[in-house]
Amino acid sequence: MNAIIHRPLGGKVVTKPFLILGLFVLIAAYFILRRFLFGMGDVSNMNNGFPIGTWVVLDVVIGTAFGCGGFAMALLIYIFNRNVYHPLMRPALLGGVFGYTLGGLAVMIDLGRYWQAFNLLLPWYAQPNSVILEVGLCVMAYITVLWLEFWPAFLERMSPRFKQRFGLDQLQAFLKRYMYVLVAVGVLLPTMHQSSLGTVLLILGHKLPPLWNTPWLPLLFLSSALAMGYGVVMLEATLVNRAFNTPSETVLFARLSRVAAGLLVGFSALRWADLIYRGQLGAVFAGDFNGNLFLIETVLFLAPVFILLSWRRTRQRWQFIGAVSVLAAGSLYRLDAYLLVLQPGNGWTYFPSGPELMITVGVVCLEIMLYLLFIKTLPVLPGGTAKA
Amino acid sequence: MSLNRRQFLQGAARAVATVAAAPVAEAAAPFAPRENKPLPPKAIGMLYDSTQCIGCKACVSACKEANHMPVEQPQAYAGWNEGTWDTAEDLSGKTLNVIRVYQHGTMAEKDREVNGYAFIKRHCLHCIDPSCVSVCPVSAMRKNPITGIVTHNPDACIGCRYCVLGCPFNVPHYQFDEALGQISKCQLCSHLLADNPLFADDQVAAAAQAGTAATALWKNSRIPACCEVCPTGASLFGWVTDLQAEAERRMALKPGEVYEFPRGLLGGDRMINAAPVGHYQPHLYGEKESGGTQVRYLTGIPHEKLGLPKLPDHSSAAVTEGVQHTLYKGMIAPLALLGGLVALARRSAKQGDAPRNEEEPPT
Repeated sequence: MNAIIHRPLGGKVVTKPFLILGLFVLIAAYFILRRFLFGMGDVSNMNNGFPIGTWVVLDVVIGTAFGCGGFAMALLIYIFNRNVYHPLMRPALLGGVFGYTLGGLAVMIDLGRYWQAFNLLLPWYAQPNSVILEVGLCVMAYITVLWLEFWPAFLERMSPRFKQRFGLDQLQAFLKRYMYVLVAVGVLLPTMHQSSLGTVLLILGHKLPPLWNTPWLPLLFLSSALAMGYGVVMLEATLVNRAFNTPSETVLFARLSRVAAGLLVGFSALRWADLIYRGQLGAVFAGDFNGNLFLIETVLFLAPVFILLSWRRTRQRWQFIGAVSVLAAGSLYRLDAYLLVLQPGNGWTYFPSGPELMITVGVVCLEIMLYLLFIKTLPVLPGGTAKA
Repeated sequence: MSLNRRQFLQGAARAVATVAAAPVAEAAAPFAPRENKPLPPKAIGMLYDSTQCIGCKACVSACKEANHMPVEQPQAYAGWNEGTWDTAEDLSGKTLNVIRVYQHGTMAEKDREVNGYAFIKRHCLHCIDPSCVSVCPVSAMRKNPITGIVTHNPDACIGCRYCVLGCPFNVPHYQFDEALGQISKCQLCSHLLADNPLFADDQVAAAAQAGTAATALWKNSRIPACCEVCPTGASLFGWVTDLQAEAERRMALKPGEVYEFPRGLLGGDRMINAAPVGHYQPHLYGEKESGGTQVRYLTGIPHEKLGLPKLPDHSSAAVTEGVQHTLYKGMIAPLALLGGLVALARRSAKQGDAPRNEEEPPT
């Protein structure tokens, strides 16, 4: 399956944007230090009405959905056998590697008793009914799978002599031979935990308004995560293409657009059918905060459908706008369901503090820095095709 | 144009997807909540009668003392208060039990919604089917299978705070202002109850039928601190089934009629408190809320006004676990999916080694 040759992009690693991103990471590091020294209340506005704040919602719930590029492309390329998309696989995978790994980092900052996080792995503590346990174990396993899937990029970079000396060439052959198993596991795991990130919300009961609270949450979260996966692949590739003058993949994206649009149609159809079935249609047009948020979500979810199913999908500009819209829609959907429409009662309110947001921003900046570092030094981006 | 291979494959995939989706939708459509859980065999709990509460907060301070919780000090008062007065406004990481007051207008009369005031006691309701136990990934939250007390084990807890998020009553609280904070919640003073043979000896527990020998059983034991000190019997400890009967008894009386309110332990030998019964709302809160709880609230004004939310008769845990158990029953669906994925990925990997020319990506 290695008909595509990947090449390191090369060029200077430490550039001006890289340093600016680094500055944000340093600021975040300072606040993270404070969080560990003085407690979460020192940097965060989280409270006992809103015990889950931006660290989990932005960095983990939305962050891992952004990391679904690898999952979405693997599903298309390996499971539905659309080999044509193969050049997009490895960059998407790398996005997944960092999206998930840094989501894991954010969880460690957010855990109130992080020094006991290991208890998640101890069978005698396991609570099999817990959706959070499933998400936690699943995400940990998937982070491992992502790095293993990405491992060939490191191996290709090493000199043959070095590999021979440490027996790494055998590892490379082994990975190549059994990669399909990793790929299959790498599709199963996000299917499980991305849907479970929706199931998690069901426990909220009356705290989550009926517009969002439905037993279909698992499927809604899964399908929107997949759509976001395709969106992020298009966004990343377009940005890389514009920034580094790499070959454009507009034609390929025109085809990919249809897949993303199809998912969004499915998502919206399910969502509205469920609303009508549960008799909640009136709440959408109630003109209140929740209803209007729902309408904004709907516009964002449907805009990319119209863009990506029309002639516009062949234009890079429209592809970009479509991709951004998909990501905005999926992100707002998650932000709404996890934070904005939450009604804990008893007068609780929440708005993230500056330091709290800086930690979230820093984690994202670190993600971008590492992505840039990796595409410049490792064979990630497609650099042509070898005729087999 | 005749059907080429790709079109055929696409069509086939679509057909497969449609065929596969139908049973999935069918299987998922019910997503029936699982049954609510039954009341544990020796369930103990509390009855709080808002109309008998005088707001003295003796229970709040007794709770702090019994559970070694620090005094609450809002920043604004720290200057002159200097830690001598406890000024807890609501449950927090430092307060497991608190009395709050409803105020309206002139506050002329107690237990009246308009121009009145009323007290409410906030602490864990020890749900029969608790959300906190259902969400906890590491079994830090547990429900005692005999007494039904919902306990918390900080040595297991990882601090994910989903119990805080999931609790319909906002009871568990994390100590955000501590570097090494933990979850705090009322555990019905289970450490005070620990010297009761009910907890030490299964034989005794089995012999003691709920409601029959309350006095004998609790003679040598302490009871939860808040009920121990309550001067009027507004907070009453006992078997849940007995408390339910007691509450129904009070609700059947005529408002204003003098009633002998038991104090401390229902069925205990303490001196009673003779007082007129309140003008009760017809709804006994806690009996059916969220699948039922082990605490009952008798109130003079609607419970929503007192921060007790209107809840369905089934628990959220039942909804979540209904969905989860449908999807992951015996891990059959995930394993079958994995099998299919491996087979498909293997096929693609084999074909991918020799890509067809028409599939060459544009560069």
